Amino acid sequence: MAFLELQALNKRYNAVVAVEDFNLSIERGEFVSLLGPSGCGKTTTLQMIAGFTQPTSGKIMLNGRDLGAVPARKRGLGIVFQTYALFPHMTVEQNVGFGLEMRNVPADERRRRVSDALDLVHLSHLGDRFPRNMSGGQRQRVALARALVIEPELLLLDEPLSNLDAKLREEMQLELRRIQQEAGVTTLLVTHDQSEAMALSDRVAVMQSGRLIQEDSPFDVYEKPATSFISTFLGKTNSLPAVLRRKGKKIDIIIDDVRLPGPDTDLPDGPVELSLRPERIELTDEVQATLSGDVVERVFLGDHWLFRVDTPIGKLLVMQRNLGRREAGIGERLHLSWKPEAMRLLPRGEAS
Amino acid sequence: MTVSGKATPWFLSAPALTLFAALLVTPLAMTFLLSFNSFSFYGGIENTFGLENYAEVLSDTYFYEIFGRTFLIAFITTAICAVLGLPEAYILFRMKPAWRSFMLLIVLGPLLISVVVRTLGWAILLGNKGVINEFLRDIGLITSPIRMMYTSTGIVVALVHVMIPFMILAVWAALQRQDPATERAAESLGAGPFTIFMRIVLPQAMPGVLSGSLIVFSLSASAFATPAVLGGRRVKVVSTTVYDEFLNTLNWPLGAAIAILLLVSVLTIMIAWNKLVERRYSGVFE
Ligand SMILES: Nc1ncnc2c1ncn2[C@@H]1O[C@H](COP(=O)(O)OP(=O)(O)O)[C@@H](O)[C@H]1O
Ligand SMILES: [Mg+2]
Repeated sequence: MAFLELQALNKRYNAVVAVEDFNLSIERGEFVSLLGPSGCGKTTTLQMIAGFTQPTSGKIMLNGRDLGAVPARKRGLGIVFQTYALFPHMTVEQNVGFGLEMRNVPADERRRRVSDALDLVHLSHLGDRFPRNMSGGQRQRVALARALVIEPELLLLDEPLSNLDAKLREEMQLELRRIQQEAGVTTLLVTHDQSEAMALSDRVAVMQSGRLIQEDSPFDVYEKPATSFISTFLGKTNSLPAVLRRKGKKIDIIIDDVRLPGPDTDLPDGPVELSLRPERIELTDEVQATLSGDVVERVFLGDHWLFRVDTPIGKLLVMQRNLGRREAGIGERLHLSWKPEAMRLLPRGEAS
Repeated sequence: MTVSGKATPWFLSAPALTLFAALLVTPLAMTFLLSFNSFSFYGGIENTFGLENYAEVLSDTYFYEIFGRTFLIAFITTAICAVLGLPEAYILFRMKPAWRSFMLLIVLGPLLISVVVRTLGWAILLGNKGVINEFLRDIGLITSPIRMMYTSTGIVVALVHVMIPFMILAVWAALQRQDPATERAAESLGAGPFTIFMRIVLPQAMPGVLSGSLIVFSLSASAFATPAVLGGRRVKVVSTTVYDEFLNTLNWPLGAAIAILLLVSVLTIMIAWNKLVERRYSGVFE
C-alpha cells in the first residue's frame, strides 16, 4: 500500500460537485503536484486531506491509518497556506515554535529545532522579526519552516508561490525543491501553474472539473497528454481537427485538402484531434518544408521568438530559439518542417 | 475660477467646518470661558476671571468622590463590555451568514431605541418592586428585595446593555481584518479550539477590543440618561452633577468648571491609554 492513498474521494456542496471519484496514491518521499485550472477542486482535495473539510464519501489512508475519524489537529500534517497564514502577533521564532509548543516539546529542544528549521530556510538571522516586516519570499519561507518543524509525515502546499512576483517565484521553486529534498518529506503541492508543477514534482496529477484525468511524470504529461484539454493546459500547442486514414502500413493525416505523413498510433481511422507543440516545428528551406506560410504575428520574448504563421492547414504557432539573428517579419514567408512523431493524435469529441 | 488649487479642499469643507464651529467649538469655548466666571446667590453670574471654581472642585472631597465613582463605573462597564463583547463578536463571526445577519440585528437593534426608553425598561426590572425582585420573592429565594435601583451596580448593568453594541462592532471590524487561515494553521499545528481562541484570535482581535474600550469608556464616563434615571440624586456621577449645578443651583460657572474637568480627564485617560496600546502593539499591527 502506498504512503498516502485517496480512495474514491467525493465532495459535494449541495448541487456543486467539487471533487468526484478521486483516486491517487503517493509513495513515501515523493513530491506530487495536483495541477488544474481554478475551480477544479484542488483546494477542496487538499482540505479533505488536511481535515478541514469532510469528504462526502471515500477514504483517506496515510501510512496505513484511516484519517476519516482523525480531527485536523491530530493529523500531524504540515500545511502551507496560499496566504501563508502567519500569526501576525508573533515573531518568526514564535511562529515556527508554535507547533512544538502545542506538542509540549521542552523549551531547550524547541529552541534547537526552531533554529534548525530557520537554518533550513536560510532565515536564522530574522528570528526576532514580525511577519509584517518581511518580504513575500521571506514570509513564504517562515510558513515553510513552521510547517516542517513539527516533522510532519506529509507536507501540503496550497499554491504556495502564487503570491510572489515572477522572478521570486522562480527562485523559490528551486528553493522549495531543495528544502523538500533536504527534509525528505512526502509532499503534495496544489497549483494552477503548469511550469511550477513540472519544475517541482516527481509526478503530476492533472485535475479537471473535480476529476483526476492523468497522472504521470512531468515529461510524460507534457509529451503524452491524455486529452486535448491537457495538451492545451500544459504549455502551448497547436490543436487542429484532422482525419486519420491508413493506406496499408502508411498512416496519413488529412487536414482540409492537405495530406501529411502521420505518426504511429492505435487510433482507428476517422476524425482525430491533432496536437503539435510550437517548439517542435523547425524553420527550414523551401525544399525540405512540410508546409510554408506567411508570418501574421511575431513576438520577441528574449530567449525565443513566437510566430503565428498562416499555413494551408490553418494558423500555426511556431517557436524559434533566439539564435542572435534577425528573424522573418510580418508578411514574410516561413518554411516549416516537423517530424511525424512530433504530432500527437487524440480521439476527437473529447471534452476540451 | 478664482479659487486656487490649494484652497479648494478648505473651500469644499467650508459648510461642514462652519457647522462644526457653530455647533461644537462655540459652545465648548463659551463653557470654557464661563468656567472662569464667578457666581453669588444674590448677584448671579459675574463676568470676572479667576480660578476659584476649579479651586472649589479640586479642594472638595465631595467632588473627588463623584469623579471617582464616575470613572469606576465607566471602567467596570468597559471591562464587562470587553469580556462579554469579545466572545459574542467571535461567536457571531463564526455563525452561518443567514443566522449571522439575524443575530447581528438583535445585537444592534437596541441602538435604534432611545437610551431613555431602554433605561426606563431597566428601572422596571431593577426596582425594589421590580420584575426581578418580585420573581425572586415569588420563588422564595429572598424575603426582602435586593436593592438595585439607585446603586452603582444598577447603573453599570444598564450601561453595559447600552454600550456593548459599540464593543461588538469594534471587535467585529478587527476580526474581519484577520486572515481566517491563521486559525486553520494553528489547528493543523495541533491547537485545540480554546487555545486557538486565546492564542490566535484574541491577540489579533486586541486592537478592536482596545479601540472599543476607548469608545465605551468615554461614552460611559459622560453618560447622562442612564445614571440620571437609575442613580437619581442618590448616586451622582459627574454629568448629573453638572446638570444639577446648571439647573438647580443655577451656578453655571461651577457646572462649567466641572464639565471642563470631566472633558480634560477623559481626554487624558484616553490619550494615555492609546499611547500605551500603541507602544505595546507597535511591532505587530499597523
Ligand atoms: N464551501 C463551499 N461551498 C460551496 N461550494 C464550494 C465551497 N468550496 C468550494 N466550492 C466549489 O467547489 C469547486 C472547487 O473549488 P476549489 O477546490 O476551491 O477549487 P480550486 O482550488 O481548484 O480553485 C468550485 O466550483 C467551488 O465553487
Ligand atoms: Mg484553490
